[in-house]
Amino acid sequence: MNILKLLITVIFLINFYSSDLKAKNLGTEITKNLRCLICQGQSVYDSDSEFANSLKILVEKKLDDGLNEKQIYDYLKNKYGDWILYDPGFNKNTYFLWLLPILMFVFGGAIILRKVILKKKKL
Amino acid sequence: MKAKIFPIFLIITFSIIFYIFYKGLQNSNIYTPEIKSEIKIPSFEAKEFFSKNTINSDQIFIGSEFYLLNIWASWCIPCKEEHKYLMDLSKKENIKIIGQNYKDNFVNAKNFLIKLDNPYDLIFSDNDGTIAIEWGAYGVPESFLIKNNQIIKKIIGPLNEKLFSEIKELTQ
Repeated sequence: MNILKLLITVIFLINFYSSDLKAKNLGTEITKNLRCLICQGQSVYDSDSEFANSLKILVEKKLDDGLNEKQIYDYLKNKYGDWILYDPGFNKNTYFLWLLPILMFVFGGAIILRKVILKKKKL
Repeated sequence: MKAKIFPIFLIITFSIIFYIFYKGLQNSNIYTPEIKSEIKIPSFEAKEFFSKNTINSDQIFIGSEFYLLNIWASWCIPCKEEHKYLMDLSKKENIKIIGQNYKDNFVNAKNFLIKLDNPYDLIFSDNDGTIAIEWGAYGVPESFLIKNNQIIKKIIGPLNEKLFSEIKELTQ
């Protein structure tokens, strides 16, 4: 019985692995990182709007033209702005966005450190 | 004294956070790309609508004339609304109207033009919508006012009375 369970688990895992392999295509990787401007909140890859479908074709075309991933992102950023990227670059509009987690981390760390030091002093 | 700093600090922090989110409530959550003007038009190749001959973008936008590029489709309802403004503009001498037929069926598009009249000096087809992306457009209708190979005005959505008079003023 246990062997059967193990076998089923292994077969499942292999299936997951092979389905993941199929998705490893640069075009899909790129479109997953792009935000659809029509149905906002969905990626271009997930969306089936006219705009998203055209963008999928365009990304494939650009890849055929020999552009790399970064060049395609730059190209689209130039046309539609940072918003289209799920991973916006570091610039003056996004300083706050990128630095806030670090600031919170440092600040939180400082509070914890203070508490620890205070406790030690009391002891 | 020292014990008081922390609650005050907390209250201030939360007030700031509250203020930011409260302000944010009024913002639209629909993003429209920044309207950048004074940018160079893209170069592309397309098929002419009627003859199906391949044309290049620099054969379309020549010299220092005003061009209005209008992205349209027969299935697009707002395109019907703006059609009368395009007809009016087509009567003006100093502006050429270029149509970009977006993801359309040829017969339907042709019937659309027969029924509502054809304001375009030239139409090219954009069957897979990739040329629209070259323009930075994301839907229909969208219009671009072009002079000297530069986009001087970008209009998202259908033309209306206000935009129509604005275009008229710009092309004076």
